Amino acid sequence: MPGIPLAQVQNLALCCPVEVCLNGIPSFHMSPTVAPHPASPPASANVPNDNEKPVGGKSKAELRAERRAKQEAERAQKQAKKAELGQGTAPAKPRLTPTEAPSVVKRLPEHVQVDDPAAQRKLAKKLERQQVPLRQDYGTKVNLFSHLHQYSRKKPLTQQMSIPSTVIHPAVVRLGLQYSQGIINGSNARCIALLEVFKQLIRDYSTPPNEELSRDLVAKLKPHISFLNQCRPLSVSMGNAIKFLKKEISCLPDTLREEEAKEKLQGTIDNYLREKIVLAAEAISKSAFEKINDNDVILVYGCSSLVNRTLCDAHMQTDRTFRVIVVDSRPRLEGRETLRRLVRRGIHCTYVMINAISYVLPEVSKVLLGAHALLANGSVMSRVGTSQIALVSKAYNVPVLVCCETYKFCERVQTDSFVSNELDDPDDLIVLRKGQAQLGGWAENKSLRLLNLVYDVTPPDLVDLVITDLGMIPCTSVPVVLRVKNVDQQ
Amino acid sequence: RSKLNTSLLLNRTKLPCCFLYGILLLLGNTDVLVLSCDLITDVDLYKVVDLFRTHDATLSMLMKKAYEPTEVAPGQKGKKKPVEQRDFIGVDDTGKRLLFMANEADLDEELVIKRSILQKHPRMHIRTGLMDAHLYCLKKYVVDFLVENRTITSLRSELIPHLVRKQFSAPTSLQQGLDNKEEGRKKKEQASLDIYSFIKEDNSLLKPAPDNSCWNDHRGDMNETLHEGKVRCYVHIMKEGLCCRVNTLGLYIEANRQVPKLFLNLGLEEPLVHGTAQITDRGMVGSDSIIGSSTQIGEKTSIKHSIIGSACTIKDKVKITNCIIMNSVTIEEGCCLQGSVICNNAVIEKGADIKDCLIGSDQRLETKGK
Repeated sequence: MPGIPLAQVQNLALCCPVEVCLNGIPSFHMSPTVAPHPASPPASANVPNDNEKPVGGKSKAELRAERRAKQEAERAQKQAKKAELGQGTAPAKPRLTPTEAPSVVKRLPEHVQVDDPAAQRKLAKKLERQQVPLRQDYGTKVNLFSHLHQYSRKKPLTQQMSIPSTVIHPAVVRLGLQYSQGIINGSNARCIALLEVFKQLIRDYSTPPNEELSRDLVAKLKPHISFLNQCRPLSVSMGNAIKFLKKEISCLPDTLREEEAKEKLQGTIDNYLREKIVLAAEAISKSAFEKINDNDVILVYGCSSLVNRTLCDAHMQTDRTFRVIVVDSRPRLEGRETLRRLVRRGIHCTYVMINAISYVLPEVSKVLLGAHALLANGSVMSRVGTSQIALVSKAYNVPVLVCCETYKFCERVQTDSFVSNELDDPDDLIVLRKGQAQLGGWAENKSLRLLNLVYDVTPPDLVDLVITDLGMIPCTSVPVVLRVKNVDQQ
Repeated sequence: RSKLNTSLLLNRTKLPCCFLYGILLLLGNTDVLVLSCDLITDVDLYKVVDLFRTHDATLSMLMKKAYEPTEVAPGQKGKKKPVEQRDFIGVDDTGKRLLFMANEADLDEELVIKRSILQKHPRMHIRTGLMDAHLYCLKKYVVDFLVENRTITSLRSELIPHLVRKQFSAPTSLQQGLDNKEEGRKKKEQASLDIYSFIKEDNSLLKPAPDNSCWNDHRGDMNETLHEGKVRCYVHIMKEGLCCRVNTLGLYIEANRQVPKLFLNLGLEEPLVHGTAQITDRGMVGSDSIIGSSTQIGEKTSIKHSIIGSACTIKDKVKITNCIIMNSVTIEEGCCLQGSVICNNAVIEKGADIKDCLIGSDQRLETKGK
């Protein structure tokens, strides 16, 4: 229909709700749900502008009108179909929420969906298929964190497994037990132990007939990974290592014999260990102790293998004098181990608890922190308490340096510590003083819940510098590193 | 209950090591779990094995607080109980790490504790009332060591104390100087081989990780976790539950008495009185007696706190209290049996009065015997 004044067309569009696409087409018989009123009062603001547009022949307006006709027709058909399928289906989710965009479906990982029974059922089925026992949650959780798992150290997963274990390799059972009991602690240690065990798995693996090593080995690794995940949620470093390994296995050429393939895999694992962990640690240590000056007072928190190594190297290889303040927090009290390692080397140390940091910070020249992972928006995920230290340091204008290898960089984005975290055994918070266990009967008290968080997220503006094996970068360059890494891997 | 599968060994712990060598060939590269076949227990096996796995231990064993037998076992009356051979077991504060083990027979008058033990573990609890269940988890290199070392003949009395002592002594190769290598080699051949030489370097999973891991089993001194000791022995001490070894008569009888109470615990569905048993007077059979299959029991026979095997024939008017009667036994009328053990195929004639006796298999007691 030529010649419909543009103004009228626009008016028709404006009287319909926002999310519906513009539909000023007066073909009423095809769109029963839409009832445009040609005479409805328009939003007058737009009218004067539109009136100034040219009203020439087959102009933009008419092309637009035709396009709108097509869109309207398609949408009407879709809605008719939906109406036929039944009124029982939930009404269409409001398209105002951007996360529901159908083009990118973000599936939440299972470990943050503990309060969703459907997700837990899926997990239970998957574990049953893989013949891995399911670990039960323990104790009532704080409401804010009810979407996370909370396990008890006194009920290990091996309770439900047969001896000797038939499905899971004994080395993996041992590793899982060491993770869940806290014997192997710390991002680097867990990753190294994991890769060593995987080397052993590969050594003991033999391809069944009619199967290809590249596909079968990945399938065989899955139950082991699920088992380790049940023992203790996988760390980011472990996750990255597993991704790397799976990629290596699936990229194995078919022409290799089994022995050669296994040797090649072991070689790549050794390379990964050496390059990403050992050599990276050396590089970071070297660049970090350039930052340590004479008569510096350095504050460290908890026990980070990288920071310990940096400080020990700085003490041994340079003749700068510096002293260290070790900050510690309950319930893990990991600072004691740091203290032991540093004092053993002869470094002058002070030991305080985290509630004392505002007293010691005036004399601190820099803060050196370790990280569990670096997230894609530049946030630092580290032991709980790190963000406190960064915050207070910022208030005192003390520079905060984070040491982190690039293999711990993660594509996840987190702005808070609630969404994805780990809950440790709440019984760790029970303290024995003079024979009496304070909080010992916490489970009987219905209104008392204990929370033992493991990680927290430090926003990027609190961190001044990240020292990686690629150099010293600001926090905001993490996505660049990730992008470069992805390009490299492809 | 944990399920035990193929890799278990059931053998007497006094067996010579050549038996273990044969088993070694079968098992290949795995660690072993050694059980004694006279052990009855309902322990959660994962507790013992977890100690072994978690700490990468050389040895992990099971113990239980021992009970003094309250009643005199039949056949032993008149004999004084032999001198108690007590075991002195030293554990650390957590109660899991085994620091010290000595038998009273090996000691003269004093208990000698090495200083190195106390330096590393200042607090040690010494217990004497523990019974060893003879259940051991051993690492493969211990089996290798046994194979090479012919001087050790018994697991429990020689190997285990040797391992416990070795935790705190340095490897013998370190004690010999590096410069007298030749003498050292000769000495090595003559002296017993050192277990440290059997420990492969890459066995310990904790090795690459301990620098990075922040776990330490002790605090207050400058030492690395576990004092970098390669040999570690752990023990799981059971507090409650059943654990008994039936290697003496008294313990055997005690165990038998415990069994009816355990039937429920073990989840066995069979009733205490077997279905095919023909009992005339149900009321006379006590509630905690077990009667086997195809047993015939006559009238007016009272059976209390006893265990009767299968295919027995018990005639009328018999009184049985606190007895263990094995299979195919015939007991004639009017007998009175108390606190006795009667083995297979015995025949007890009429009117016998038996108290606290031990009757062997195929014996025949005349009538009115005492």
